[in-house]
Amino acid sequence: MERSTLNLWVGVFVLLGFFAFLMLAFKVGNLSDGGGTSTYTVISHFDNIGQLKERAPVRSSGVLVGRVKSVRFDPVHYNAEVTLAIDGRYLFPKDTSASVLTSGILGEQYVGLDAGGDDQKLKQGDEIKITQGAVVLERLISQFMFNKAQDSGSDKGNKK
Amino acid sequence: MAQNALIRGLQQVGDHALKIVERMGAVMIFLGLILVHSANSFRRFGLTIREVYFAGVQSLIIILVSGLFVGMVLGLQGYETLQNYGSEQSVGILVALSLVRELGPVVAALLFASRAGSAITAEIGLMKATEQLSAMEMMAINPIARVVAPRFWGGVISMPLLAMLFSAMGIVGGFLVAVVLIGVDAGAFWSQMQSAVDFRHDIVNGIIKSLVFGVAISAIATFEGYEAPPTAEGVSGATTRTVVSSSLAILALDLVLTAFMLKGWN
Amino acid sequence: MTLPVTNLVEISNLNFGYSSRLVLKGINLTVPKGSLVAIMGLSGCGKTTLLRLIGGQLRAHDGTVTVAGQCLNHMNSKDLYALRRRMGMLFQFGALFTDLSVYNNVAYQMHEHTRLPESVIHDLTLMKLNAVGLRGAQALMPSELSGGMARRVALARATALDPELILYDEPFAGLDPISLGVIGQLIRRLNDASGATSVIVTHDVQESLKIVDYVYFVSEGVIVAQGTPEQIRSSTLPFVHQFIWGEADGPMPFHYPAPKMKDDLDLRSA
Repeated sequence: MERSTLNLWVGVFVLLGFFAFLMLAFKVGNLSDGGGTSTYTVISHFDNIGQLKERAPVRSSGVLVGRVKSVRFDPVHYNAEVTLAIDGRYLFPKDTSASVLTSGILGEQYVGLDAGGDDQKLKQGDEIKITQGAVVLERLISQFMFNKAQDSGSDKGNKK
Repeated sequence: MAQNALIRGLQQVGDHALKIVERMGAVMIFLGLILVHSANSFRRFGLTIREVYFAGVQSLIIILVSGLFVGMVLGLQGYETLQNYGSEQSVGILVALSLVRELGPVVAALLFASRAGSAITAEIGLMKATEQLSAMEMMAINPIARVVAPRFWGGVISMPLLAMLFSAMGIVGGFLVAVVLIGVDAGAFWSQMQSAVDFRHDIVNGIIKSLVFGVAISAIATFEGYEAPPTAEGVSGATTRTVVSSSLAILALDLVLTAFMLKGWN
Repeated sequence: MTLPVTNLVEISNLNFGYSSRLVLKGINLTVPKGSLVAIMGLSGCGKTTLLRLIGGQLRAHDGTVTVAGQCLNHMNSKDLYALRRRMGMLFQFGALFTDLSVYNNVAYQMHEHTRLPESVIHDLTLMKLNAVGLRGAQALMPSELSGGMARRVALARATALDPELILYDEPFAGLDPISLGVIGQLIRRLNDASGATSVIVTHDVQESLKIVDYVYFVSEGVIVAQGTPEQIRSSTLPFVHQFIWGEADGPMPFHYPAPKMKDDLDLRSA
């Protein structure tokens, strides 16, 4: 095999591999949407985060704007402290509220941000004060049952 | 009698276990030796390029075709299962994550071990059997620096490239089946995939895996060739051992690496 | 080395064995500078081992092997490689690099060890190939060569850097009579032309007796006879006589040691 043809083929091979890498990084992976750009982190406290995990998406109006960076238990407030890494391109007002939501009925959980009306914007290290924890299905059901029982109890006396 | 047979059986198991550990140690020492004698492979990079051709370029067809088929099967199976839950648009996530995290590195490595690893072993083994390695030593040329190290680095360079090509090709295959053939929405296919596949945690980890597999396969293949008994049976046995032990090594390493990557490194 | 060395290779009181089996026992051997010495013996008598000890591929533990005034026993690999640059070796079946052309095989050491310009390497290589009569075959691959041609290319490669000591491992094995004569003449001519010293390990008596200066006979790890070709030819030692004239039975028995025939064949009544 001529050395030059050999080098040519190896060059083609390496180039193909590089294109595969680019495709994986930008077309398949999330490097195009913020994977490479800078982020700022804000913290928020939730009573209950349900099944929220690290790297869960942070969405606003359904658009991916960041990811959950870490989840830990706050021993002072006795609730969950969630750190969010938000894409530097998106700035949110200071009075933005965060809630733990579920995509679909049984889908993955994510953090939803609803922008407020404040002029001041959230900065690195700020806290989102208004939060809404995850809806726990058991509580929802028991509440529903309780209400139902109360309704029927008031109608038909003390029948359980 | 039965007791004796049992003891003998246990002895054999122990014997084998010891031999396996011994061989693993020998491969490690050999790997160290290669690293010590690697300067030549980079100073005269042409030597390594040649081996990238034989290990990488010549494995290209099998890797691309297998990747396409694996991706198509994933697309088909994924669609069948996911449509039961009404989330057939997530088929892109399933295809991409399985390929990038696991199947790309692992299947490409298994194919590479049987295609290129066995060829490396057979070539070095034959060079040894025909005294070409001894001839080199008598010419005051270290065969590890001149023959083994370039082949090792050729394999290490080729493996991640092949794994990425396998994954990319598989995703194209999944796209063909799910979007073109079945009619899943193309936009949903890609956007769901993008929102689920993380560059650092999925793609970079997959590349790290394939790099580790590349080191393991190349070290085993060159070791088996270099240590092969200089006979026809010796070389054929060494070739078989390369495929068997590197396949096992790939799967075992994959478990360890996956566990670390999911739990975090510390 | 300060004194002029008259013996390029000196081996004294050498014992050598693989694991427990002793292959060489009490070998004393000298190769004077500029001479062509043959080590002869039956297959498996330890003569290839002896050659590997001289080339430093095996190390002696009992006794000494000295080449060009340097003891090989505990030499580190750097010094050994430096010494090997002054050696050439022809392997039994040539051991040509199968992935390189004839030209590149011969030019190999020049490419690896020297920084000569390509034009100089080209000329030197063609001269070496011309000396073995294969200048026209420079573009062929080793797989396209006959056994005799491959051996000649290997000879050109072994002498490419004009070594002081050339080792030949069975240079005549498996050659037709014509190639055999050609190789024999080449070995003698290359030795004399470059003033090198040669050691030939062989079991081909007639051909080597024609060309060598001195012969050592090895049998079962011991040197049983030595002398010039004339002395060897006229030797009355039964072993040498059997070896030279190729007799089937003699001190070297035809039969491998075995139990008595009648025991083996179970002829109890016979």
